[in-house]
Amino acid sequence: MENPLLSYTLFLADNSLITGQRLSEWCGYGPILEQDIALSNIALDHLGQARMLLQYAAEQKGEGWTEDRLAYFRDEKNFRNLLMTELPKGDWGYTVMRAFLYDTYHFYEMTGLLQSKDEQLRAIAQKAIKEIRYHAQWSAEWVIRLGDGTEESHQRVKGSLLELWPFTGEFFETDEAAIELNGRGIAPNYAHIRTQWKAKVEEVLELATLERPEDGWMQSGGRNGAHTEHMGYLLAEMQHIPRSYPDAQW
Amino acid sequence: MVNASPEGADSDVILQLLGQVSDPEVPVLSILDLGIVRSWRQDENGVEVVITPTYSGCPAMDTIEADIRKTFLEAGYPSLEVRTVLDPPWTTDWMSAEGKEKLRAYGIAPPESKSADKRTLFGKEETVRCPHCRSLETEVVSMFGSTACKALYRCKDCLEPFDYFKCI
Repeated sequence: MENPLLSYTLFLADNSLITGQRLSEWCGYGPILEQDIALSNIALDHLGQARMLLQYAAEQKGEGWTEDRLAYFRDEKNFRNLLMTELPKGDWGYTVMRAFLYDTYHFYEMTGLLQSKDEQLRAIAQKAIKEIRYHAQWSAEWVIRLGDGTEESHQRVKGSLLELWPFTGEFFETDEAAIELNGRGIAPNYAHIRTQWKAKVEEVLELATLERPEDGWMQSGGRNGAHTEHMGYLLAEMQHIPRSYPDAQW
Repeated sequence: MVNASPEGADSDVILQLLGQVSDPEVPVLSILDLGIVRSWRQDENGVEVVITPTYSGCPAMDTIEADIRKTFLEAGYPSLEVRTVLDPPWTTDWMSAEGKEKLRAYGIAPPESKSADKRTLFGKEETVRCPHCRSLETEVVSMFGSTACKALYRCKDCLEPFDYFKCI
């Protein structure tokens, strides 16, 4: 098994990197200027968090690894991000619903990491939590606005919620690395995060006049590098410049 | 909050030089006003300046580092180390009173000094004073503004939109 701390750091880093990449696709396409700016800002926060985590992962890996090499020169099967983060951006309702489900999870995950015994993960979490709080609030407000909005907006976010729900099970999966790190006080307890996440999700969905879907069969695989068909396209777009011109400098 | 000046160092000069480096996105603020200079020291090897980022993805950080370098080089301090630390995380509470006044005069509402607990979800909305007419009758347009550190507000009295340097 790979070093559990490295494996976990990359899991956190890849979630931020891929989320940031997906959200940045809205830049210039937002429904109104303020929301275009909001999503670009949020994408930038995720990218900044990804950088801190990738720098830490590169430090652990040593031997000439850098944040850029980890972001641009790894292949699909070496990315560990949750499948939900790589799904195409869809319509506004879909982006908002995905952001809400993920941000709420991300908020409790980073809150757990504020107690981490790993100094660097704790420092990153302290920095990130201040930004994530704004993300989670923004996406929850939009879920309420669309769910409790018009017939059309209600139908759209309802459909998005049903489509996305099977991807939420993966949030709380614990692999060997996570169990070991939780035992050492480095990673949070994901069962505990699930309880907090569920309560907040239910509270917001109720305000949005939406029903929480029943838990059924859940998608899985991101942590092990088994990604959806969308991941390759995302990476091709993200990586093709550095791969075509590997020595290019700003 | 800069450490007490080490003995025998050119503390006045160094502080003055740091005060000359401005935030590229809010040029009325120096990096001392912003509170991102955490400490500095000088020994026989040169000067070391420790800074902390405002937001994780703030694109100004690289420019700020380059500007510090340039300022010290031009002032005759060729060996300079700029180090970035994350812990403790930057907070708007570290912004100087002078900095807040400069922001207001520039047309940006400064962060409200008593920042709420940033770790709770759905905190109360802050009351923000309009930097133009000083009215408290303002409303939030978007919590995300022209840069990572700002929110967009509107004054209901003078009807002007304005930026608010939001609390983190």
